[in-house]
Amino acid sequence: MSRVGRNIHVSVDRLRQLAHRDARPRKISADAGTCPKCDSHYSADEMQRNLRVCPACGHHFAVTARERMEQLGEPGGYVELWPELRAADPLQFTDLKPYTERIADAEKSTGLGEAIVCAELEVRHVPAVAAIMDFSYMGGSMGAVVGEKLARACDHAAQKGQPLIVVAASGGARMQEGTLALMQMAKTVIALDALAEARVPVVVVLAHPTTGGVWASFASLGDITYAEPGALIAFSGPRVIEETTREVLPSDFGRAERQLENGQVDAVVDRRELAERIGRVLHILRRPELEGPGAMGSPALQWAQGGAQRAAGAVQSLPRKVMDRIRPGSPDGEDPE
Amino acid sequence: MSERGGGRFVRKVAEKVRRAPEAVDDDLWASVQLARHAERPYTLDYITRMCSDFEEVHGDRLFGDDHAMVAGFGRFHDRPVAFIGQQKGRDTNERTFRNFGMAGPEGYRKAMRVMEIANRLGIPVVTLIDTPGAFPGASAEERGQGGAISRSIQMMWRLDVPTLAVIIGEGSSGGALGLGVADRVLMLENSTYSVISPEGASAILWRDASKARQAAQAFKPTAANCYRWGVVDAVVPEPDGGAHTDHEQAAEILDQYIYRALTDLGAMPPVERRRARRERFRKLGPLRDPEGGMGMATGRGTPPPG
Ligand SMILES: [Zn+2]
Repeated sequence: MSRVGRNIHVSVDRLRQLAHRDARPRKISADAGTCPKCDSHYSADEMQRNLRVCPACGHHFAVTARERMEQLGEPGGYVELWPELRAADPLQFTDLKPYTERIADAEKSTGLGEAIVCAELEVRHVPAVAAIMDFSYMGGSMGAVVGEKLARACDHAAQKGQPLIVVAASGGARMQEGTLALMQMAKTVIALDALAEARVPVVVVLAHPTTGGVWASFASLGDITYAEPGALIAFSGPRVIEETTREVLPSDFGRAERQLENGQVDAVVDRRELAERIGRVLHILRRPELEGPGAMGSPALQWAQGGAQRAAGAVQSLPRKVMDRIRPGSPDGEDPE
Repeated sequence: MSERGGGRFVRKVAEKVRRAPEAVDDDLWASVQLARHAERPYTLDYITRMCSDFEEVHGDRLFGDDHAMVAGFGRFHDRPVAFIGQQKGRDTNERTFRNFGMAGPEGYRKAMRVMEIANRLGIPVVTLIDTPGAFPGASAEERGQGGAISRSIQMMWRLDVPTLAVIIGEGSSGGALGLGVADRVLMLENSTYSVISPEGASAILWRDASKARQAAQAFKPTAANCYRWGVVDAVVPEPDGGAHTDHEQAAEILDQYIYRALTDLGAMPPVERRRARRERFRKLGPLRDPEGGMGMATGRGTPPPG
């Protein structure tokens, strides 16, 4: 748990105040709930304000894709892309219920057309394309529509020269689309390379849970990979592993904090710091504005182009003593005066 | 090791099949069972028959050597070809040694090591897929099973050399797809290719481990269906009664298909090949027709005979 604390970079004081204030006992309104982890009560309104993180213990609740867009983006909002795409039923699949019925139910209960929402938005003033999965729509599973929207998001970001932000929350490939769902793993991995060609970064956020074919495709290929505290990140879920290998798994198996130890993610980031953190890394990776004719290429090339003047300027500003030392002919470490 | 496969098994199974011809019918469940028939030729059975010489490599240079994954370079029609594939075992010891054909991250990293060498040396890559899935184990997860598979997919897609994937038995889940992103994907007549094994699906979707048969009916993971969906480009016929009845003939037929595919692909410029590879996977997965109707997969009809 201390690891989570260490990874929070800003406004820890504010968080502490919030946690303190919200820990006070209060009346429970009709739309309130109880945290499964610490049993503290909260109101729906307060939960939304706190980005669906328990104010008392920091437990991260599920967030819908649209709410997360609002959490990550500027108050100006976001422009949703391809909301019209809907799943087909290529296998005419029925398990305990026909697939068509499952889709209809999911759309009705979530108000979403599919398990992913793509949009243009700004994160801390950096324009980006975001592809955010929604676990409440059929467990965030990836079928043809999720694959297609993610691939389009890659193309769109590459074409605009903007970074792609992916938030994964998925049980894996959508069983009901069979082999064609499996193919979406290939489709999305291939599509990600459009961003490599356009030389723009991909930030992946792993929310609870990110498993199966989603973890084994685009979700494990981010340039920068953050995980939310407590998120389960695994190819095979704990139940499958225990049944297959008879291993007894530790309670923190595959959890974000453990996966940080395993070297599978770059940081565990508290959701209340997520937008800040993504904005910060995108600012660091941002290319300088291109100038003049033929101003193309990578930041590395730009260093070479503007390098001479910049280096001269930098040297000018060095203290005299250092200048003398690096001047050719002057004996190292000795003051010529 | 494949040398000891051949004759004895074939004769034994041939007798079995003669006694019970109804075991080999169009039924999906029979198909699923044939795909993982204990006497079915495995990856090394094909490689050793198709190549005049084969140098297997070992280890991922990072952690260990995964015995569920075989990778190396073979002499195929007097040319070098990289062969990579999951390897199952026949008897109990061998099955354990091969981990039932379930590779861990080291397996996919060994595969990638061979792909990289092949790409650098301009050698085509052929993968033979036969796995119930990637290994589900805590240690595999700790060492990045997900990332190993996604990177294997990525590397296969990025290769400049001609690539060919063949599902020779059981092609289940991301563990199969990790070797499946190629210019051409072939499937043996009695093999299966699916998002999950019928047993896995049964437990998850029916919440009942005994519904595997029903799951297979729902997933329809046969070669003919995969061809119809555009997931595979050709169906490779097997000897009468199935590949397990005649390893020699099964390898001969596959040899001809691989030879033909590599010849075709070799004639394409690398840039064109990669563009086609991208398009091939990009168009998989039908979306609902906005005019209504749930839509079948955009189809190709039934596979051509032979
Ligand atoms: Zn709590």
